[in-house]
Amino acid sequence: MIKAEELLENVETDNSTQIFGDFISLSSKEQLNITFPSPTLPLKSRWRHNGLSADFIAEYSSSYFPINENDPNTLWRQVAVKSAVNYIANELLENAMKYCEQHTNYTITIHIQAESNEIVFFIQNKISTLKAEKFKTFIKEIFNSSADEFYFRQLEKQAEFEDNSSPGLGLLTIVNDYCAKLAWKFQIQPQVIDVTTMVHLAV
Amino acid sequence: MEVKGENYSVWYEPDTAIINFTGALRLSDMDDYALISQLLNDVVDKEPPTITLDLQQLNFLNSSGISMLSRFAITLRRKNTIKMIIKGANSIPWQGKSLKNLQRLMPGLMLELE
Repeated sequence: MIKAEELLENVETDNSTQIFGDFISLSSKEQLNITFPSPTLPLKSRWRHNGLSADFIAEYSSSYFPINENDPNTLWRQVAVKSAVNYIANELLENAMKYCEQHTNYTITIHIQAESNEIVFFIQNKISTLKAEKFKTFIKEIFNSSADEFYFRQLEKQAEFEDNSSPGLGLLTIVNDYCAKLAWKFQIQPQVIDVTTMVHLAV
Repeated sequence: MEVKGENYSVWYEPDTAIINFTGALRLSDMDDYALISQLLNDVVDKEPPTITLDLQQLNFLNSSGISMLSRFAITLRRKNTIKMIIKGANSIPWQGKSLKNLQRLMPGLMLELE
């Protein structure tokens, strides 16, 4: 059973931890954890790992949504769940790979907990203090806006300024298109911020 | 006019003004999508009355790819001289979730999900 840990936005649990949203604790015994070591290959060379990993995570998660020959709905449910898991895992991994601080001891870990009616993703990585502050500004805007309004505003802004990056659009699509809930935990560590992004997908 | 990668292919059929997308697109950012964007813009430069994007064989598109298509829809909206049709597949779940947003960006865009 997955339990809610914090329900308030932007609550400082202590001086070194800041939480945004409904951050659910890792409590189930069954989890899939994948840890990526600190990168030695350039980003372009290891970019394909995101897709490989997302495909595996999606296939693994589909076991929790088996097909019942007597219920045709279960076939589509499994297809839809695999697609959603693949997309969300891929986006989380892409973001982590793009924005993580690179250091010998800094790994990226993705955890997945699947139950019959929900899947929760956690991705944990290290980012700089500067990136953390920018990220928190973005997160606050998510909570202060409606999902679609913020999403379309970002798209129009990107087109207006011919901006080739699309920061945050992946997270906004997860909220807007998959109706998932997001939460974050920021923990101050020496010289770096440990950030965990949580995605809660109801099935 | 064609752009191919390890898991995907995008090509243009001049006779029908259809741009076909197949496979899985997970390119890293808009710079990587630049070749595909260029193909789309080259088609626009030919000024066909209608451009069709056939996505029925596109099994996966990451957010950078969705962003690219969104930007293309906004470009055509601003140009206001070319219609767009998007053909998708109901059997591919991401399409049912994400393609309708393009209609909001470009009112008048025809979305055909089969």
